[in-house]
Amino acid sequence: MINFEYIRVATAKAAVDALVKDGVAQWIAGGTNLVDLMKKGVTAPQKLIDINNLALKEIKKEGSKLRIGALALNSAVADSELVQKEQPLLAQALQAGASQQIRNMATVGGNMMQRTRCPYFYNTDMPCNKRQPGQGCGALKGYNRMHAIFGASDKCIAVHPSDMCVALAALDATVQVTGPKGSRSIPFLSFHRLPGELPQKDNTLERGELITGIEIPQNAFAKSTHYLKVRDRSSYAFALVSVAAAVDMQRNAIRDVRLAMGGVAHKPWRLTAAENFLKGKEATEANFGQAAQLAIQGAKGYGHNNFKLKLAPNAIVEALKTAVGKS
Amino acid sequence: MDQHHFFDAPERDPIDRVDGRAKVTGGATYSAEYKIQNTAYGFLVGSTVAKGRIKAIDTKSAERAPGVLAVITHLNAPKIPGYQTGKDPSKPQTGGQPLRVFYNDEIFYYDQPIALVIADTYERVLHAAKLVKAQFEKAAHQTDMEANLAKAKIPTGPRFEDYKRGELDAYKNAPVKLEQQYNHPVEVHNPMELGSIIARWEGADKVTVYTKTQGVGSTQNSIRDAFGLKAENVTVHAEHIGGAFGMALRTWPYEIAAIMGAQKIGRPLKLMLHREQMFTNVGYRPETVQKIGLGATADGKLTAITHEATANTSPYEEFTEATVNISRFLYACSNVTTRYRLVPLNVCTPIWMRGPGEATGCFALESAMDELAFALNLDPIEFRIRNHADTDPERNLPWSSKFLKECYELGSDRIGWKDRKLQPRARQEGDWLVGYGMGTGSFGAFRGSATVKAILQRDNKLVLQCSVNDMGPGTATMMTTIASEQMGMPPKQIAVQMGSTGLPPGPTQGGSMVTSTVGAAVHDVCAALKEQLAALASKEGSPFHTANVHEVKVDDLVFSETGLSLKRDGSVKISYADLLQRNSLPALELTKESRGQNQPYSSYSYSVHFVKLRVHPPTGRIKIDHIVSCADAGTIVSPKTAESQMIGGAVGGVGMALMEAVVMDHRFGRPINNNLADYHVPVNADIPKVDVLFVNKKDPYTNPMGSKGLGEIAIIGVAPAVANAVFNATGKRIRSLPITPDKVMEA
Ligand SMILES: Cc1cc2nc3c(=O)[nH]c(=O)nc-3n(C[C@H](O)[C@H](O)[C@H](O)COP(=O)(O)OP(=O)(O)OC[C@H]3O[C@@H](n4cnc5c(N)ncnc54)[C@H](O)[C@@H]3O)c2cc1C
Ligand code: SF4
Repeated sequence: MINFEYIRVATAKAAVDALVKDGVAQWIAGGTNLVDLMKKGVTAPQKLIDINNLALKEIKKEGSKLRIGALALNSAVADSELVQKEQPLLAQALQAGASQQIRNMATVGGNMMQRTRCPYFYNTDMPCNKRQPGQGCGALKGYNRMHAIFGASDKCIAVHPSDMCVALAALDATVQVTGPKGSRSIPFLSFHRLPGELPQKDNTLERGELITGIEIPQNAFAKSTHYLKVRDRSSYAFALVSVAAAVDMQRNAIRDVRLAMGGVAHKPWRLTAAENFLKGKEATEANFGQAAQLAIQGAKGYGHNNFKLKLAPNAIVEALKTAVGKS
Repeated sequence: MDQHHFFDAPERDPIDRVDGRAKVTGGATYSAEYKIQNTAYGFLVGSTVAKGRIKAIDTKSAERAPGVLAVITHLNAPKIPGYQTGKDPSKPQTGGQPLRVFYNDEIFYYDQPIALVIADTYERVLHAAKLVKAQFEKAAHQTDMEANLAKAKIPTGPRFEDYKRGELDAYKNAPVKLEQQYNHPVEVHNPMELGSIIARWEGADKVTVYTKTQGVGSTQNSIRDAFGLKAENVTVHAEHIGGAFGMALRTWPYEIAAIMGAQKIGRPLKLMLHREQMFTNVGYRPETVQKIGLGATADGKLTAITHEATANTSPYEEFTEATVNISRFLYACSNVTTRYRLVPLNVCTPIWMRGPGEATGCFALESAMDELAFALNLDPIEFRIRNHADTDPERNLPWSSKFLKECYELGSDRIGWKDRKLQPRARQEGDWLVGYGMGTGSFGAFRGSATVKAILQRDNKLVLQCSVNDMGPGTATMMTTIASEQMGMPPKQIAVQMGSTGLPPGPTQGGSMVTSTVGAAVHDVCAALKEQLAALASKEGSPFHTANVHEVKVDDLVFSETGLSLKRDGSVKISYADLLQRNSLPALELTKESRGQNQPYSSYSYSVHFVKLRVHPPTGRIKIDHIVSCADAGTIVSPKTAESQMIGGAVGGVGMALMEAVVMDHRFGRPINNNLADYHVPVNADIPKVDVLFVNKKDPYTNPMGSKGLGEIAIIGVAPAVANAVFNATGKRIRSLPITPDKVMEA
């Protein structure tokens, strides 16, 4: 670790200005990911801009939408009655993430921006294209049990580790950002990106763009949602695979459905083909199974993670069954 | 003998852990927490290659960094006398030479210390450590066990020669036979407290260390030998240990490095390992490949056991444990063959981890027993009872005590074993399959020697002193319990002073022998104390000394919290304060050594663990619903801490069964899950209700309390119980630990 400067700002504008002015600065929110990365030498900001004092912690209804500030704590969102009532899938996903202690520090913005947990990325004397473009990908022919089966490139096969983001991807959330060029809103599915030739870039934020909040449109899923996280222990472990399932049932038929997966790609992976297949169909195990098969078309294993090719469809079925109360 | 010895009393109030409050309120001081003036900070820089030589090492920028006091490498390290003579600065070893830190340019394993950086603050030393740059001449390393099995060889010494009773590999010709392989990965102890030491030289030939060790005496000897000092000039303090599980059973190179560093800078030096270094520099449970061959008659009589184990060790040292020995005595069987082999790999030397080789060995043996029982269409407990060893088949001796059958009975009642179906996949709850499994454990009931000093003060306080320390099992609580029962004194009047070489010598915390050894010494010193008190009470002028009675015996007296009285007439009494004052004694002090005797008996503790769990086959998830752990550990001396020991063992066993494994990237020869986020141990949510049941019957021969060891059997047998339950639930036999969701799905 090197010595670094530390400042606090009180407004989004000040946060953006301070970052743009200083090429080697980074924002710090809960610090649960950034400080680890600094300790490991993965990143070495010379200046930390603490954004925790920004008034971006509110969780509220705005018209028909649910708006959550970027600095709302993961635990506050998970425990919010409003969220539990209107968007239970989000609360379930948050609760499945990390530990209570970490959720008490972690923020919504920080959660979206957290980096992959690929071990080669964290070990500065192992090869990793994401950390050091051009170095090669240590995981490609190494230990890749946790790695992607969708949308990877030979430059990087890492997964995005967030649980929260899987739910937000399923719920068609949008991301509000503000930056030197003004404010804009990004559809959640366009926020994170696939590695392609630029594995160092996790998302589509421009330099100096600050996440101010997220918005979730109203939906009719609240009665039938489930976040299934399959992991190596019951708590405090990243997903081998996870499934966010939200179903809008009309009698025994599926009026609308959302499916997204975590632990399978460089971004939360939305299962559109499976959704389209299920719409209007009956909620039977056979239909869920067919949808799951559609969902994993094009999936590819890299050795240690081949089991995900079987686990992923099984988890989709299980999540759907639980969501509609049939497990 | 005094009639109200605690172990004869039918009901006792268990006492709380005496150091519990201090531990949870931060009042207990651990090695790295001693406030020593002027302490500097050290940090070890490790090799980035797993084998080769250090070609060049550039320490200039580190030396110039702010606050840096010294950088020690093999190029400038002071000569350690013990290293020159090749005298072992640490244990254990059957063959080879323990790693000599900064001795030369040779690299044996990844993260082997190549430099010690010392600075005035912790932050500065961490920063400076990153500035040390080394160049290596790489050689081809070997870290892959499977790829190196051909190099397996018998360890040095007669103890490890192949064992044969009856016919060699007789299972091959048995009417019913089973032959299977069981794999166990590297597991790391990972106690909460990191390896840490503060070293302070008190002159040219005198040193004091505060260090994480399970035995201050053995650490004292190691430092004495390494630095060529007199034992009395080496003081070792380790009063509290934040867990160790075997990791602190020897003196590691980091400790020698810190003492070396403190000497070089002429200041006290603190060195604390990072979690990553706990995976690479302080031992682990070795990777072990085992083969079991079992033979039986059709009616379920075992006729043959062959147990082979091949474990890894380091390139420079042979580490051995009793992995196959359990197969020689656990069941009545006339044909037994065992073989034990080692494969050197480019990693640091392993060290015993809780339940050591027996836990590894029992995973294989008790899984195989379950498999054979199933093949014979027998209930696994019935199969074991049919092959119960009534005497020790290995040594041809009677048992000092054995209540294994009682454990089977107690545990099967509690877990609801009668609901278990012989056929797997017979119980389903929704998409989940329910299964029951059990596994037996056993460990030698050893007793060594210990000296305890008892000081009875005028304020009615009894102080017990012994150099033994308490890594968590509740040693001080056990000592207090025994003294309290012996002296009729409430626990709060008893103080235990422990964990320092200045105190009377006690054993190392390990091998489940501390209660037997130190407890017996406490018992004996209290008995002697009572004799002395009786003698003082017999003196002329004492109220007990009358015209007719010139002598009172211990048996005539009642000892209580404040003094003694006559059994047949309670009005005749004297307080300890009075008695001491009359004899012009500030306190009554007594020191007693006490040791185990060779007996014509074989002594073992036993455990039987029962597990009820659910498996979700489509996603491979396992949820344990209930654990019942039963133990025959003789008399249970300290019920609360004993129960905690068993619960801790069950938790460790669940980790072993379901999640713990160090993952190596063999291309680089290094672990890649070397942190507690990626190396999984159970969390609360993984652990169901754990019921602990004790047979609690006295062993007549082990020690005056009749106790046998408990720490190891708490974990031995848990992993096979889990694996067997997974089979009972799913019909899938997973023979390679840990049983992670992917393995359940793919099996
Ligand atoms: C041991 C462990 C286990 C974990 N397990 C899980 C798990 O199971 N599931 C899961 O989902 N997560 C898990 N996490 C990750 C955790 O959720 C993240 O660390 C956390 O959400 C990050 O939030 P933070 O506020 O602490 O971010 P910080 O660490 O403060 O910041 C992270 C990054 O985000 C940037 N940033 C922060 N806020 C903004 C903003 N408003 N706009 C733009 N950039 C911003 C920072 O500059 C920094 O680069 C785990 C973490 C740990 C340490
Ligand atoms: S998968 Fe991505 S993060 Fe991991 S080593 Fe490869 S490039 Fe780096």
